[in-house]
Amino acid sequence: MTPIKTIALKEFKDYFISPIAYIVISLFLIVTGWFFFSTFFIYGRADLRDFFALLPITFSFFIPAVTMRMFAEEKNVGSYESLLTMPVSFTHIALGKFFAASAFAAAMLLPTLSYPLFISFIGNVDLGPVAGGYIGAVLLGGAYCSIGLFASALTRNQIIAFIIGCAICFTLTIIDRMLFFVPERLVPVVEYLGANAHFTNISKGIIDSRDLIYFASVIFIFIFSTDIAMKEKN
Amino acid sequence: MIDVQNLTKYYGDFCAVDNISLTIEPGRILGLLGPNGAGKTTTLRMLTGFYTPTSGTIRVNDLKMPEDTLKIKSMIGYLPESAPLYHNMLVYDYLDYVARLKGMDDPGRRLSRFKELSRLCGLSGIMAKPIGNLSKGLRQRVGLAHAMMSDPDILILDEPTSGLDPNQIAEIRDIIKGIGREKTIIFSTHILSEAEATCDRIAIINKGKKVADAGTEQLKQNARHRSVVRLTVQNAEITAALDHLKAFDANLDITVTDTPASEGISFELCCKDDKDIRRDLYLSIKETDWIITELARQSLALEEIFHELTREGA
Repeated sequence: MTPIKTIALKEFKDYFISPIAYIVISLFLIVTGWFFFSTFFIYGRADLRDFFALLPITFSFFIPAVTMRMFAEEKNVGSYESLLTMPVSFTHIALGKFFAASAFAAAMLLPTLSYPLFISFIGNVDLGPVAGGYIGAVLLGGAYCSIGLFASALTRNQIIAFIIGCAICFTLTIIDRMLFFVPERLVPVVEYLGANAHFTNISKGIIDSRDLIYFASVIFIFIFSTDIAMKEKN
Repeated sequence: MIDVQNLTKYYGDFCAVDNISLTIEPGRILGLLGPNGAGKTTTLRMLTGFYTPTSGTIRVNDLKMPEDTLKIKSMIGYLPESAPLYHNMLVYDYLDYVARLKGMDDPGRRLSRFKELSRLCGLSGIMAKPIGNLSKGLRQRVGLAHAMMSDPDILILDEPTSGLDPNQIAEIRDIIKGIGREKTIIFSTHILSEAEATCDRIAIINKGKKVADAGTEQLKQNARHRSVVRLTVQNAEITAALDHLKAFDANLDITVTDTPASEGISFELCCKDDKDIRRDLYLSIKETDWIITELARQSLALEEIFHELTREGA
């Protein structure tokens, strides 16, 4: 366990040493804040439904931007070699980086906790969906982080890593809106693959084991793929 | 004890390392020599577990790759070529990270090791600087500290002196010799004099194949010897001098080298065999009124072997 913790701590600190963290968090707050509050007062509903509805789309751009450097940069600079020749396994590295990225995704959400706080001053906020929404957001962030990590492990070019990560995350986000292209028999399968429906369920405050299993499996599959991608490249 | 048998690595169709076998006794320094692109780095990367060999076995003591890769990795300190490091980290933070990854959980032990390494590698002034701001030589030293962090039994250094200035080369070489008394060291280089000065044993590889592997002294003795004597004389005329030298030994291969006129005339006298001609040469010149300012013998044994074994088409 210790090497995972050491790697995770180092990677998490790395975000805040460089300006990346501050830029990404500010942009994320501007984008989500703008879209959420532009219609908030028109509807006059004291909830965060619109904020969470947008989250899968914003995450599918922001998370790959956060994770794109994790392997690509190390490979490019060559520090990947130093890292791999230390007494750590591929799994340690993949998990360490995954926890760091997920923690960063959670840190990105942290300032948005002020939204429910302020809304509670002007109306009655139902805390169930808000709590559910944040749990769902962390799970969604984790799932997209594992996808971004996988994309980063494929290449030494950060831009390619970003685009691959975006493409996979975006596909998972919008796939359930493309159901009319899909043959009827496959509809339930494709619907289950989409991240949006599962996230929406949780953010309504319904914590269903099917949704939890969905996110857990996405995380597992992509971390496992990252592990394979790393081994394959050597 | 490191035992490598029939190590082979293909990149696609390209064979980078072809059936190399090596054994290295503990407490020895092995130099891996070869021209650029000979497969030195690939060989070292397989030894450190960074690359998986296409075929062949690597054993360290009674451990075997790939089953015990993690255990073997913890016995090896590795300095990759050009010491790649995280540029945004401070030297101290980086060393701390490395120490933790190498399983040094006790803060007291880490601190005392940092002090030791800082003295050994000369890092005391740069502990609080970002690695990205360091010069190449200083980075190389941080890399060396990284490699030696957990006091490993085996050190693998990939061209540890490349790109350094002569003072730094001498320092790194001293460090290597110092730790080589207790540890097993494998290092690659393409500088012959460096290998000759530091290694107990030299393995030469070319185009992925091992073409020589012997003790440094033995390797030199086995070579078809040719020794070169440099001679500089003043107060002599060039044609007369050439005639005199030809009369001295008709088998000598004489070249006149470029020297400023004030220095006199310089010759390189190449003997076909390993005979030391200096004594006789002096006695023969003593009869003339020339003034000898330089008379030195250079042995080209290792260079000769290297050229012969790594020539194009060899």
